Formats: sequence, structure tokens, C-alpha cells
Amino acid sequence: MSILVDENTKILVQGITGSFGGRHAQLSLDYGTKLVAGVTPGKGGQKFADQVPIFDTVAEAVAETGATVSAIFVPPPFAGDAILEAVDAGCDLVVAITEGIPVIDMMRVRAAMQGKKTRLIGPNCPGIVTPGLGKDSHGGCRIGIAPGYIHKRGKVGVVSRSGTLTYEAVWQLTNLGLGQSTCVGIGGDPINGTTHLDVLKMFNDDPETEAIIMIGEIGGSNEEAAAAWAKKNCKKPIAAFIAGATAPPGRRMGHAGAIVSGGKGTAAAKIEALRDAGIEVAKNPSDMGQALVRAMG
Amino acid sequence: MNIHEYQAKELFEKFGVPTPKGRVAGTPEEAKAAAAEIGSNIVVKAQVHAGGRGKGTFKNGFQGGVHLVQTADEAADIAGKMIGQVLVTHQTGEEGKLVNKIMVADAVDIEKEYYLAILMDRESRSPVIVASTEGGVNIEEVAAETPERIFHQAVHPLLGLQAYEVRKLSAKLGFGGDQAKQFGKLLSALYRLFIECDCSMVEINPLVTTPDGRVLALDAKFDFDDNALYRHPEIAALHDPTEEDPREVEAAKYHLNYIGLDGNIACLVNGAGLAMATMDIIKHCGGEPANFLDVGGGATQEQVTNAFKIILGDPKVKAILVNIFGGIMDCDVIAKGIVAACKEVDLNIPLVVRLEGNNVEAGKRTLAESDVALISADTLADAAEKAVAAIAA
Repeated sequence: MSILVDENTKILVQGITGSFGGRHAQLSLDYGTKLVAGVTPGKGGQKFADQVPIFDTVAEAVAETGATVSAIFVPPPFAGDAILEAVDAGCDLVVAITEGIPVIDMMRVRAAMQGKKTRLIGPNCPGIVTPGLGKDSHGGCRIGIAPGYIHKRGKVGVVSRSGTLTYEAVWQLTNLGLGQSTCVGIGGDPINGTTHLDVLKMFNDDPETEAIIMIGEIGGSNEEAAAAWAKKNCKKPIAAFIAGATAPPGRRMGHAGAIVSGGKGTAAAKIEALRDAGIEVAKNPSDMGQALVRAMG
Repeated sequence: MNIHEYQAKELFEKFGVPTPKGRVAGTPEEAKAAAAEIGSNIVVKAQVHAGGRGKGTFKNGFQGGVHLVQTADEAADIAGKMIGQVLVTHQTGEEGKLVNKIMVADAVDIEKEYYLAILMDRESRSPVIVASTEGGVNIEEVAAETPERIFHQAVHPLLGLQAYEVRKLSAKLGFGGDQAKQFGKLLSALYRLFIECDCSMVEINPLVTTPDGRVLALDAKFDFDDNALYRHPEIAALHDPTEEDPREVEAAKYHLNYIGLDGNIACLVNGAGLAMATMDIIKHCGGEPANFLDVGGGATQEQVTNAFKIILGDPKVKAILVNIFGGIMDCDVIAKGIVAACKEVDLNIPLVVRLEGNNVEAGKRTLAESDVALISADTLADAAEKAVAAIAA
């Protein structure tokens, strides 16, 4: 098992005819992911890479292909609408890769999703990878923009707010011989669909996952909430890293949500909360893989 | 993005948030004309993006960035001492900020000061109104010492501000009769402004009542959602690049995410999380990062070259650490960018490069075969240690 998606999950890509979306759709196909449909309004009836049918609407794509997950590569002004279209079409999971969506749009999207069955991951995230069993983890489910080959199928659950820092962690794990069950990038925006805590609960319930690595950064109190829950409820060893200990207060560090404001959201407070919960905190970003080894005892 | 006080005032006027009469001036003559319109009881305020102006000192020795005067001639005199001068406050740092404009406004008599703000709250995923009976002071101190005097009201993102929510806050602040009505109108206008302009924060400190019964916003601080500026060209136009670090302004031209810091090891990284982590590991190894720099996921050779130029424009920089995890991005493209940049900028300080990921072998070969003197590193820790050692040597 894995969480959220596995090698049989059928996905569709909204914005498949854009250069960014198209490039990563192709990489997912190359990885062996069951990419069954694309959606671009006005381009219904065409095919992507001579094999994937394109539809005008998500509803049609879902009805025709049985896709249950949508990856969103739509530009920021239209991304909120695209997410809501996938929710309306009854997708189980929507993964929003788009960076730069206005916060007010996301606030409204989240409020409109209340009571719906769809889970949102992102926005401004690298996506999800459940590695496959083939060479360089081929045959897995790759949704988003992460490099597939750095992964290895295994028993470590990875959850992170960042992109390349997650690749760094995954690469350290793979080089230590520690494979991953699922890697989830929850994104760097202040309002997103799924939190560290949500993913931690899923990993805790997943029989395949035996240990968890959680990568956070300054801003908000997502990591503290996850730590407080883990202290009482998590049955599995956890390692963590928090980026941004040296970031100046009041400045946004690239990610819209990575800011220390009013003395809140500091790396020090997060690290203290994690340690208090018995979580092994990596001393530096080079130590993430080893921290997990220590956590596993 | 932040804006000046006079620009905030103009936005308030547009949305119907009552403020005292005032005008911006760029010369003593303009200040005199503006002051003549107001009459007497005039406040002259230096326009910079920093708090603590009243207690600040100009580098020419003139005390205070906020002055009360009675006549138009006095206003012109004060304006002459502020415009073109550098004001240092506890928020500007030692270098201070150049005052290009001043605001001349009606100095209203104050009966009582309050605090009112609306901010985008990430925990409740909704706008939250924050109000307090303690205004004109640092709200974080109020929160720490007398939290019972701060009131919060979350607003439903889809319903918007409800009349009962306004009444509830009004009652908590102790407004009655006509002042309750005025406060209600002011708050409704402020909420509309917050939503329609995609603010992430708007803060009025102080909100005041006057002896003649008016409720007015005396000061304003805005923060706008940068992601939403594309749909507000009129707000984007309020951006004042002279208020920012010139290196950051330059970096923005090339779509580089750069933030200047005080250390001497510059870093160039792809991805914001990894860029923060790289700063952290430099510090962990005993060094000090000179900057945050995220070149993004699909950096071009031109971007890498410009990133090098910006980094080297900082005289404090004594070494450079390049840390690239080429997930999808081809490491060889980055390597070629580094080689081209080094030739163009005539690099004369130690350069440590750590490449990992896609096509890394070709990238390392490109670097090794070039005549660029660089120190190559295998892991993040190795790179940071080598950069710190290069400076110590």
C-alpha cells in the first residue's frame, strides 16, 4: 500500500497543452504513470503525445476515462476555477502544481470545498510520487514535477512544503537504501489543501509506511500542530527538518507562506515543538537521511 | 508589497474610509500650498516605509520625521529640512531611508486612540478583524500584556462581513450612538477595500475619536498579496523601488528571488526551500550567508549570469556557494551557465559548486574541463564546509 495514489491510479492533467504541463505530463508517461486524459478548454478531441485523449471539460474526461485524480498546471488567474471544476467533476484528489495563485482565491476555493469529498494537495507544490518497482522506480504514480528517478519503492513516508529540498531528502534516503512509500509535497503557500498533520495521519494508518520524514519551513504553525498530534498518536518513528533558521523576520523567503511575522512561525519554535514530541530533528539539511536512520533506531 | 502613507490615504479616500484632510508634497512650495488649504494645526510627516518616524533623526542632524506646525510658512520650512534628507529610525537600520516626499495633513485633536486591522489568517483560512481599545502603541505589546483588550472576528470567506459582526466589535470597543454608526461605516468600507484590493493586511493604528465626535483613521499600513498584483495595475503602480534594496530590484528584473543579508558567503540555489536550507547549513558550519537567492526551477544561462553579477555587486561577499539539485533541470545547463558567468564577470573570489541530480556527470565534466578555478563539492555539508574554509584561508 501507499497513501493517496498507487501504481494503478488513473490521472488526468488540466492544462496539458501548456508547455510546463505538457513537459511534465510526458515525464509522467515516461515514468509509467497511468495518465489517461488531458483537459484544455477548446482542444477537446485532440490527443497528447499521440496517445492521451484531450477533453474540453473535466466532467467529460472523468466520464470517458475513469480518472480519479487531477493534476493542475493551469496559470494562476485560472487555477482556482480549474480546482473547482475538478471538485465538481467528483475527483477524489486534486493536486495543484500552479505557483502564484492569489491568497483570496485559495481562501474562497477552500471554503467552497467544505463538505465535498475531494482532497486538495497544494497549490505551489511539487506533487506526489508513489514510486514503482521497476528500474529507477519506474512504473509508479508520478503526479507533478518531481524527478521520478531519484525515488525508490520502500517504507518511508515523506511529507514536505518544499520542492528541491524534498528531492534532496528523497535522494539522501535512496542513497542510504531507504525507499519511500509515498512522497507528498503539500506546497509553500499560506492557504493550501492538505497540511502536514493530514498527511501524518495517513502515513500513520498506512501499513506499508514504517517511518516518516517531515520537512517544514518557517511561517504558520502547521508543523507545531503536526508535532502535537504525533506526540500523542503517532505509532511510527519520525524525523524532521525545518528550513529557514537563518531567515530574517518579516521577509518572504521565496514561498508565499515562508515568513516570520509578529514573532510567529520561527524555525526555533517549530524545532522545539518537534523535539518536545520526540521527533528526531536533523541538525542540518545534509543530515535528513541520517536523522531518519537515528529515529528508526 | 508596501505603499506610502499618502498613497494609503488616497486609497482610503477612494473607498470611503474617513481620514483627516491631507496632501502629499515633493517640494517646500507644494508643502506650503497644501498647508495653506488646511489652515492651522498642521502635521508634516516624512514619507518612508518605516515605523518610528516621530522619534527618528535625519542624517543632517534634524530631529524627528513628524512635526506639528501652525502656519504654511512653518510647514514649508520643515518640509525643506526633510525632503532630500536621509531619515534613520529604529526600523530603517543605520543606513536610513531617503525622504523624497512628505505629507501635510490636518492634525486633528484626539479624544481616544484605538487599533483596527484586517489580516488574512492562514490558520482559519479567512480574513480576521483585529480591534483593540489600546491604540497608538505597539499592538504586539498589548497582546502580550493585556490580551483581554484585543478582540478578534473571523469573517466567512464566502459570506463576507455581516452586520452583526460589526455590531459585536463596535460594542466591544465601547462605541455608542452616532459613533457606533460611523465605526460601522468605516469598518465596512475597510473590509471592501481589503477584499477588492487583494490585501494581505491593512492596519489602522491609531483609529481615533475626536472631541467633536468623529471617528477617523489617523494612520495606515498596507501589505498587498504580490500574487494578486497582476489584476491590480493601479496598485502595482504605487510600488516605490527606491524603498527597496537596489540588489533586490535588480534581481526582480531577471525573475530571480533575491534577499540581501549581512554575511559574506553568497549562495545561488534552485528552489526556495533548498535556498533557505543552504543558508542554514552555511551558518551551521560557522559561516554567515550574504543572501537568499532562488534561481527557480527552469533557470537559463542568462539568469545564472545575472545572478552572479548581482551577488558580486555586494562588496561584503568573500565566497560563493552554488547549490543545485537538478531534479528535472539539466545540471549541464547550469554548469555551462556558471562557466559563462565566471568568464563574463571576471571572478576573483572562491567559488564552491555542488551539483546533484539530472545529467550531473556531464555537468561536472563541463566544470572540470573549463579553466574556471572552482572548488567542487559532493554533498551539501561538504559544500558549506569548503565555502567556510575558503574564507578562513
